[in-house]
Parts: sequence; structure tokens; C-alpha cells
Amino acid sequence: MTPIWEVFVRAKGGLSHRHVGSVHAADAKMAVSAARDVYTRRMEGVSLWVVPSAAITASDPGEAGPLFEPAADKVYRHPTFYKVPDAVKHI
Amino acid sequence: MMDEKQALALGDDALILGHRLSEWCGHAPSLEIDLALANIGLDLLGQAQFFLALVGDADALAYRRDEDGFCNCLLVEQPNGDFARTVARQFLFSAWQELMFAEMAGSADARMAAIAGKARKEVIYHASFAADWMVRLGDGTDESHRRMAEGLDFCWRFTDELFAGSWAGLRAGWDARVDAVLREAGLARPKLGRGVTGGREGRHSEHLGHILAEMQYLQRSFPDAVW
Repeated sequence: MTPIWEVFVRAKGGLSHRHVGSVHAADAKMAVSAARDVYTRRMEGVSLWVVPSAAITASDPGEAGPLFEPAADKVYRHPTFYKVPDAVKHI
Repeated sequence: MMDEKQALALGDDALILGHRLSEWCGHAPSLEIDLALANIGLDLLGQAQFFLALVGDADALAYRRDEDGFCNCLLVEQPNGDFARTVARQFLFSAWQELMFAEMAGSADARMAAIAGKARKEVIYHASFAADWMVRLGDGTDESHRRMAEGLDFCWRFTDELFAGSWAGLRAGWDARVDAVLREAGLARPKLGRGVTGGREGRHSEHLGHILAEMQYLQRSFPDAVW
């Protein structure tokens, strides 16, 4: 079975790589090539990362309650009480 | 100043190979390869538009010209065969295009030089993609090696034509590039007799007529149709 790789694209300099999808590839070199052909054909990016899907450890959906629900009523953790200057982008 | 015959030859090469690659759309071994081949085909279609526009009306040249007016090399009109044969055809052709565009980027004709400069970046990827698969298949399983060797043998007879006329000087660089990849892929350099030529003079294999029948049908039946 051909391994699956997760693909991350940097849209332009200064932005972080974002997850965009996955590709099948036998090794890392082929994965970069496949990611280039599948995910950057419409000028979506200037840099690519590929990571073996098997290397990712995910949180357990069964623990979603204890992990994430306690954050629901902590509205004061959002930095919404500050004014962000108009000139500051990408926040 | 511009060599019109040369522009037409390069435009026809790109147009016909681009069409061939488009035939893989929806049929390639995997989605990733399907898109890779379509991308290469679209790069070539762009090159064809640029070169044909130097000679005349690109659409008319593509859609209203008879077979004996085309001067693409015979290599690019050969049927796709299996994926290995497509890879062989692509590598042999892209390796030549890469060298040819590198030289043309220094051309005295500013328009040819500009097209070459843009196309070269595209072709560097095409050649590297195809070389990578030459090595993977050549140095892969018994079956992939056999198919890669067969694809290479089939395409080899059409490579002499690439070095006709003013392109003779590209041969040494091409030989070196091809030999290096064949070595890495564990493939023997095919030993074939005299190469098959004629495409540059409009003498084509039976395959070109079938390509044109499909490519030109709509504009021949409904001239100037648009969508």
C-alpha cells in the first residue's frame, strides 16, 4: 500500500505553512513532487512541506469533552479587549 | 531575423505532445500522476500558443492545418502506450527541450529568447519528473524494469530527428544527460540502427492524422465556434 503524506503549503513569504490535504507517494521526494502537482498548480504557494501521515499523533475523539469543552466558557482568554492597529495583518 | 520554420517546429512539438498527454486525463495510474501529466500537457500547450503566434494565427495553425503542414518531430506523435513508454518519450524529449531552450534563451531574436526563458523553467521540472520515474521504474520490480526498457527501446528510434539541422550541437549534452539517467535506472542504452525521421518535413506516421481528426474536428465542422 502506497504511504499517505500530509501536505502543507506556505501561500507567501511571512505566512506559516497550512495543511491543505494529502497525497499518495512511495517516498518523500515523490511526495513533494505530487504535492506540487496537486496543490500548487494555481499559484497557491511558494513552499511545501510533506509529512508522513503515520507520523501524526491525533487526539482521541472520545476525550473531546475533557480536552476541549473546558475552554468553552473562558471568553476572557480571547484577545478581543485590545484594539489591533489597521496596519497589522494576518492576526 | 526569426527562423519561422524553427518556431513552427517547436510550436508543433509542444502542441502535439500536449495533446498526447491530455489523453491520460482520467486514465493515469493515480490521481497524483493524472494531474502531473495534465500539468505538463498544459505547460506545453502554453508553449505552443507562444510559438505558433510568432508564425501566424495560432488557432488557425492548430485547427485548420493539414497533416503534411505540421513539422513536429515523430517522437511526440507516438501513442502513449503504457505509463513507462509515456515516461520514456517525455524524458527523451524534455531532456532535449531543456538544452535547446537554454541555448535559445541567448537568442538574438528577443521574442524567441523570452519564450525560451519562460519555457525552460517549465521544462526543467518536466525532465526531472520524467527522469525520476525512469529511475523508479528501471530500478524497480522485474515487471517495471521490463516495461521501462521496452518503452525506451520503442522511443529511441525517433530521437535522431531531434538533432537535425541547427540542433546538431545539442547531441553531446543530451547524450551525457540521458546516459547518466540510464545508468542510475539500470537501463541499457538501446542499440538501434538508423533513426526514423521525416516529421520536420511534414512526413508523419499514421498516428498524427488520428490526433488531428480528434483535435480539429470541432473547428472543421463548426468554423470559429466558441464556448
